[in-house]
Amino acid sequence: MKLITAIIQPDKIEEVHEALIRVEILRITVSRCTGHGQAEQQDLYRGQKHTPNLIPKVRIDIACNEEFVEPAVNAILQYAKHDSGTIGDGKIFITQLEQCIRIRTGERGETAI
Amino acid sequence: MPVRSEKLFLLIIAVMLIPSTAWAFDQSTGIDTGATAWMLVSTSLVLLMVPGLAMFYGGLVRTKNVLGTMMHCFAAMAVMGVLWAVCGYAMAFGPNIGDGFFGQWCGWDPGLVLLSSIDGQAIMSPEIRIPPLVFAMFQGKFAIITPALIAGAFAERVRFSGYCVFIALWGLLVYNPLCHWVWADDGWLFNLNAIDFAGGTVVHISAGITGLIAAIYLGARRGYPQTSMHSNNMVMTMMGVGLLWVGWFGFNAGSSLTSGLKTAQALTVTQIAAAAGALAWITIEGLHLRKATSLGMASGILAGLVVITPAAGVVQPGGAIVLGVAASGLCYLAIMMKNKLGYDDTLDVFGIHGVAGMGGALLLAFFIRDGEMPADRTAITQFGVQLLGVVATLIYAGVVSIVILVLVNKTIGLRIDENDEMAGLDHSLHGEHGYGLLNLN
Repeated sequence: MKLITAIIQPDKIEEVHEALIRVEILRITVSRCTGHGQAEQQDLYRGQKHTPNLIPKVRIDIACNEEFVEPAVNAILQYAKHDSGTIGDGKIFITQLEQCIRIRTGERGETAI
Repeated sequence: MPVRSEKLFLLIIAVMLIPSTAWAFDQSTGIDTGATAWMLVSTSLVLLMVPGLAMFYGGLVRTKNVLGTMMHCFAAMAVMGVLWAVCGYAMAFGPNIGDGFFGQWCGWDPGLVLLSSIDGQAIMSPEIRIPPLVFAMFQGKFAIITPALIAGAFAERVRFSGYCVFIALWGLLVYNPLCHWVWADDGWLFNLNAIDFAGGTVVHISAGITGLIAAIYLGARRGYPQTSMHSNNMVMTMMGVGLLWVGWFGFNAGSSLTSGLKTAQALTVTQIAAAAGALAWITIEGLHLRKATSLGMASGILAGLVVITPAAGVVQPGGAIVLGVAASGLCYLAIMMKNKLGYDDTLDVFGIHGVAGMGGALLLAFFIRDGEMPADRTAITQFGVQLLGVVATLIYAGVVSIVILVLVNKTIGLRIDENDEMAGLDHSLHGEHGYGLLNLN
């Protein structure tokens, strides 16, 4: 079992979400978060451009069994990109998932995902 | 001593009574200061409806489109606010441009361009003793709110520049002629005694049918109806509808152009119809869905206010309750129909303004106070005249709107491109965000 954490641009969440559903990733957690990498995002405030310290991003968490990891990663890679890839498109982190427990039934492991 | 103090008291009363006859009119100009004061308040109240509408609409869209949607309402204040003074008032309230059928299309008075000929005029006429500038500004607010209403039908998917050009053309070619037909002294519907007290046809039916056509022509939002699109802030929506209710007293009671009995009658039925509409809607919801929703409350208030708009001057409280209840029932059915048919009238401009506007304009014929229609008319013949007004508005506003929509969409572009729609209007068109770090929607 793996935990995929993707940090992407907010305007790409709709397309990524739809792409994940197409490859049968139906259980995801999405949250709004902030951070900064290399990108600078400019907003207008009364005509003055300014660069916020922390930039809004969207974080997607997907816990899945091994065979779903590659389809999920490919879907995110394909649809989170602006044009052929722009600074700020985000990152994907994959970590080993030790255990997964379904609260309703108490099931554990791969069937609980 | 008691006798003397009594005399003094009477003298004081007498002195107080002397100027009171002079208070009604300003002696030097003939201005009815009471009526003028109320009309100034009404004008402000109707303007307050525009930010009210911005809050109502703004709360109902997704987080990423809240500013873009509010900007649609505020843009109407900017665009129509200028256009009305430049030539809108001259088109709407000038004399017919010619004779015969087509001469009645619109009015025109070059003297009214930039309101120049009424700049120094103290009163409109011996009957309407308010300065014409007040009337022009009061009417101008109606020209602002009508295009702003349309914006709800294509919310979340239009380009800002295309929208501004669209409402400018729509104001010139649809609103001003309709306003002339219904409210100018030589308007053909006015002279048929078609009753439209405060804008059922001019404002609500015209906005409703244009919204419907625009929603169908521009197509649904990306993902509609599979993706659920939650409103971002119902609290703001509720405050907005509250402001609309308050502002509507200016809209309806101000349309009496005086401060007298007619004003009181219009204000009374406005209050009653809105309350009846709200009560009916939450009752229907309670029976149908087992829950009364805040959006249902807001929709019921709006349906009641819209339905009484054409009728405010002529119906009595009993009629206002019937109209309010009927409006909520009809609008509820219309929105259920919309969901079945699948077109994306995002904020139900046709479902509420169009349907309740038509309901009010037609049903008022059966609740008219004695003496309000020509003596040779019955409720049925008045209904016929009302029907003519409604059908003429639907056809004229519908046809001209299609032409303007196609023209603007093919040249400047009205429908937003897909990437910008996904990113949201706020970021892609305005370079801003409505909220801070609230949860994603």
